[in-house]
Amino acid sequence: MRYLAATTAAEAAAALAAETGLTRVLAGGTDVLVQLRSGLVEPELVVDIKKIPGMREITAEAGGFRIGAAVSGAEIGEHEALCALWPGVTEGVQLIGSTQVQGRCTMTGNLCNASPAGDAVPSLVAANAVARIAGPQGERDCPVAEIPSGPGKTTLKKGEIISSIFLPARPGRASDAYLRFIPRTEMDIAVASAAVSLELDSGGTVKTARIALGAVAPTVIAVDAAAALLVGTRLDDGTLAKMAQACEAVCKPIDDKRGTVAFRTKTAGTLARRAALIAYARAGGSR
Amino acid sequence: MSLDEYRKREFKQVGTRVRRPDGVDKVTGRAMYGADATAPGMLWGRILRSPHAHARIRSIDVSAALALKGVKAVVTAEDFGVPEDDFTRDVQDNCMARGRALYDGHAVAAVAAVDQATARAALKLIKVDYEILPHVTDVDAAMQPGAPVVQEGRVQENVPKGFSDNVTAHFEFGHGDLDAGFAKADKIVERSFKTAATHQGYIEPHACLASVTSDGKADLWCCTQGHFYVRTLCAGILGMEASQLRVTASEIGGGFGGKTTVFIEPVALMLSKKAGRPVKLVMSRDEVFRATGPTVSSSSDIKIGMTKDGRITAAEATLRYQGGAFPCGTTEFGTQAAFAAYDLDAVRTYGWSVMTNRPKEAAYRAPGAPVAIYAVESVVDELCQHFGLDPLDVRLKNAARKGTKSSYGPTFPDIGLVATLEAARAHPHYKAPLGPNQGRGLSCGFWFNFGGNTCVSLNVNTDGTVGITEGNPDIGGSRASISLMAAEELGIPYDNIRTIVADTSSLGYNDVTDGSRVTFAVGLATIKAARDAVRKMCARAAKIWGIDEEAVQWKDGAAVPAGPNAGKFPPMTLAEIAAVSAETGGPIAGHYEVNADGAGVSFGVHLCDVEVDRETGATKVLRYTVFQDAGKAVHPDYVEGQMQGGAVQGIGWALNEEYIYGEDGRLQNPTFLDYRVPVASDLPMIETVILEIPNPGHPYGVRGVGETGIVPPLAALSNAVSHAIGLRMSELPMSPPRILKALGGS
Amino acid sequence: MTKIHVSTTINGDAHEFLCAPDETLLDVLRNRLGLTGAKEGCGTGDCGACSVTVNGRLVCSCLVLGAEAEGAEIATIEGMADGDDLHPLQRHFIDGAALQCGVCTPGILVAAKALLEKNPDPTDEELRYWLAGNLCRCTGYDKIIRAVQAAAAEMRGA
Repeated sequence: MRYLAATTAAEAAAALAAETGLTRVLAGGTDVLVQLRSGLVEPELVVDIKKIPGMREITAEAGGFRIGAAVSGAEIGEHEALCALWPGVTEGVQLIGSTQVQGRCTMTGNLCNASPAGDAVPSLVAANAVARIAGPQGERDCPVAEIPSGPGKTTLKKGEIISSIFLPARPGRASDAYLRFIPRTEMDIAVASAAVSLELDSGGTVKTARIALGAVAPTVIAVDAAAALLVGTRLDDGTLAKMAQACEAVCKPIDDKRGTVAFRTKTAGTLARRAALIAYARAGGSR
Repeated sequence: MSLDEYRKREFKQVGTRVRRPDGVDKVTGRAMYGADATAPGMLWGRILRSPHAHARIRSIDVSAALALKGVKAVVTAEDFGVPEDDFTRDVQDNCMARGRALYDGHAVAAVAAVDQATARAALKLIKVDYEILPHVTDVDAAMQPGAPVVQEGRVQENVPKGFSDNVTAHFEFGHGDLDAGFAKADKIVERSFKTAATHQGYIEPHACLASVTSDGKADLWCCTQGHFYVRTLCAGILGMEASQLRVTASEIGGGFGGKTTVFIEPVALMLSKKAGRPVKLVMSRDEVFRATGPTVSSSSDIKIGMTKDGRITAAEATLRYQGGAFPCGTTEFGTQAAFAAYDLDAVRTYGWSVMTNRPKEAAYRAPGAPVAIYAVESVVDELCQHFGLDPLDVRLKNAARKGTKSSYGPTFPDIGLVATLEAARAHPHYKAPLGPNQGRGLSCGFWFNFGGNTCVSLNVNTDGTVGITEGNPDIGGSRASISLMAAEELGIPYDNIRTIVADTSSLGYNDVTDGSRVTFAVGLATIKAARDAVRKMCARAAKIWGIDEEAVQWKDGAAVPAGPNAGKFPPMTLAEIAAVSAETGGPIAGHYEVNADGAGVSFGVHLCDVEVDRETGATKVLRYTVFQDAGKAVHPDYVEGQMQGGAVQGIGWALNEEYIYGEDGRLQNPTFLDYRVPVASDLPMIETVILEIPNPGHPYGVRGVGETGIVPPLAALSNAVSHAIGLRMSELPMSPPRILKALGGS
Repeated sequence: MTKIHVSTTINGDAHEFLCAPDETLLDVLRNRLGLTGAKEGCGTGDCGACSVTVNGRLVCSCLVLGAEAEGAEIATIEGMADGDDLHPLQRHFIDGAALQCGVCTPGILVAAKALLEKNPDPTDEELRYWLAGNLCRCTGYDKIIRAVQAAAAEMRGA
């Protein structure tokens, strides 16, 4: 294995494109090093992107924020303006791993690891976040929802790396929330998760809604049918129950050591309902 | 009255919360654990493990691995002989598969190389030709005739016909007329239970450093609960004389029973012997989970009859334990312990030992008892609920006490159960209000405790300080307790004493640090060694004073004339006697060797409040209180620590910890990510109440306290959850999917 | 594999080492530099026994490559005491019996120190969540929480 600490995105992309063997991008390393240590993957080349300018920065842009691919979870949690604007996104990122893992793990890494259970991903999908991708052919933007293509797989082409993720501006009465279920209080992989992003009108009625579920399908899934049920309501109990059912209806989880199909399905609905209420309250709604 | 026996006394130092002698080393990173040692020319060892639950090993081709540059030795079962006795052979076969791999993770070969990367690469070059065989991992399935047989020819004579050969042993304990007893009952509850296997979960993986020289001598450094026993096993497996193998116990990063045998040590020794260089072998966490120490998994049937005023009329338990790929060692303990807390006229317990294609069971804190008592205490709780009786009243009404013929045979001497139950009833926790979806559970717990072979030397230094040499690895602060007892006995300050754990060449044989025996047995031997030294110091004073030895006694750290007739001499302190020892006969040391008896059983009661999220099945532990009889708490901090640590391990067992096997017979969760031990945020403070009902078999009244604490949490949690949700749970762990399923939520 | 030359600062002292590209910082500390205070309990970032700080940030050294230490400031348990003077956390861990076997202790001390530098007056809940990545199997955490709070109070001058 070779280790390259790239100093520009172009250098990183070129090296990754030129390598014929297995490659890995190293930002926080909290997934990559586990894979290396277990012997699961034996890459020829690991490209560390942390020394590339901008990769470790959070910058305000067009009323929203651009978050460099190597910004750690802890750094995101310490950014008050970002946490105020997208509390659901930032709480999702901060649920990844322990305090120690937070010191290293990144939102982009969580996305590119492409686990359906990644804690950062549902909120990013619900937020309509956009990834900026650097590659041998230059830069392109891509909705975050289109990055994962299956467990451990992404749509990124050879040589491409995500350099940043953009979270857009949002109106005053808007907020989001993320909840996951784990058997313990910390240190577990989500058994089911839900992110809800809401925009309210001045009267507290839901104007737009996005819901994304994690760990219940091969990738994080946006549940537009469930989200549509919330629009035009003030999240009365009947609406929430229907929304939860709509969430359950699209779940196609696996049965494994972390949870059963029935449990994941039921819990995804429960979490979506609870997350919707939190997002609603954060957006200034009162039922 | 024998000197072993308890005499009431006022303590000056025992019972104080002194600083432990290994504290500074452990908070500065200086303490040397199993993986922290190095040696000149040291190689790194690594073990290849079976990916199959059960497979015949047709052949192992190590030629490519040996040819790799930097590889210095490869070891397989062929390098070892075949021990004649079953026990040693099992231990060896568990360290290195002979002919068949019996579980996922079973060692099949090992290498030693110049660095870790080379050792890893070499393992990939070893070609093992496996013939995959049918496997079984479930205890009930393994008992059925026609189940894949894990090992042939291991069935004991008393096992009835009609079972699979995996059923190796049968036990039966009890007394009285069950039919008559059940006939007197107003209500009989019969219920079946299942528990998953758990792992001790010590944070330090097994590690050792072995050095065998060409003249047949060997040194072994390892993390173990019993280095003398490691010597016995390794010498037996390698065909060495005990005198040629010196084993030194490193600081140990947790054991809980799981480090009471060997896994890698004989392999490291063999690698070192073949390579002619020292070899360090350190397990990965994955190896720890797959190839060391889980507990049994169990299934059980309990039947208890009770009158409407809460008297148990008859009790019966059938316990089925699988202990992995070798005959299970703890079924008998569970069978004996199941009803130990009760004074019963009619009681019977049956135990079945079963082999499966899982790693060999190792001891874990009160081995065998937690799952048996879990099932019993669940049914007792259900009966209390049925009659609307207070569960503490019912336990007090039926509690074992002095003179009770125990369910496993012996008649109890002074025991602390009643006092412990009364303390729980008087505690504010027991009456504290509960909110919605909350429940309170309680359970009794019991452990036998053990004494065993023990040897202590106490050396009086010429400057008036004392060095104690003992042979039991310190897993919870025992060096502090031993120094305290010596300080008490000698009448000198605790800080003037240093206790060390000696290697196997420096002391006679000491049994393993297990059975909660160290503070009891090593304490006993230390007190006796101190008395031996005191006797010698009195003799020196007598010599100096020119009076009879019998005319001198020891008081407050000094020799004094025994009475007015002995003559008038100023007291001679330990330091004064030690300073002139060269002129009075040479060095002064006390010794004591014993196979200690009279350990004294230990009872505990736990109270637990939980809240269950009915929509997700998640359980939150709100409040937890441990009541336990310590006999005499020599160092209360470390007694509390044992109670708290045991309770939390039990909470993990009850709620989330489990070995999960796939259809392929492979362990699905060999990581701390998916084997879910409790983390700090899962828990409340663990309140403790220490009872001191002196053990008649120890001079200070000490009972072991290390193990009982893990016994009650399983039923305490299960009873609490059952009350919170209004449904009786009967399977552990009570993971959220299981609770939600019980609630009909999924 | 060609080794990488790394210059770094550990506990205030300059260090240089050679390491393989895939070698972790934990292996470098333990096997190349003799700093065995950080322990490997899992190698997957799930137990926290290998906790160190890199540029002031608490991390698991088993999840950092040695090569990434280039130019970094690393602090380990070996640098926590000031000569003979134990850090208040270290003292309170001994006085409060907050360790039994002690193998998780270095990682917990490093993690607790990082918390108190950020938040000198944490609630028990904040402390428990902060330390959730540091497994202790002996103590049930009770005395650890008490010891950290006692040290925090002393450090605040409370």
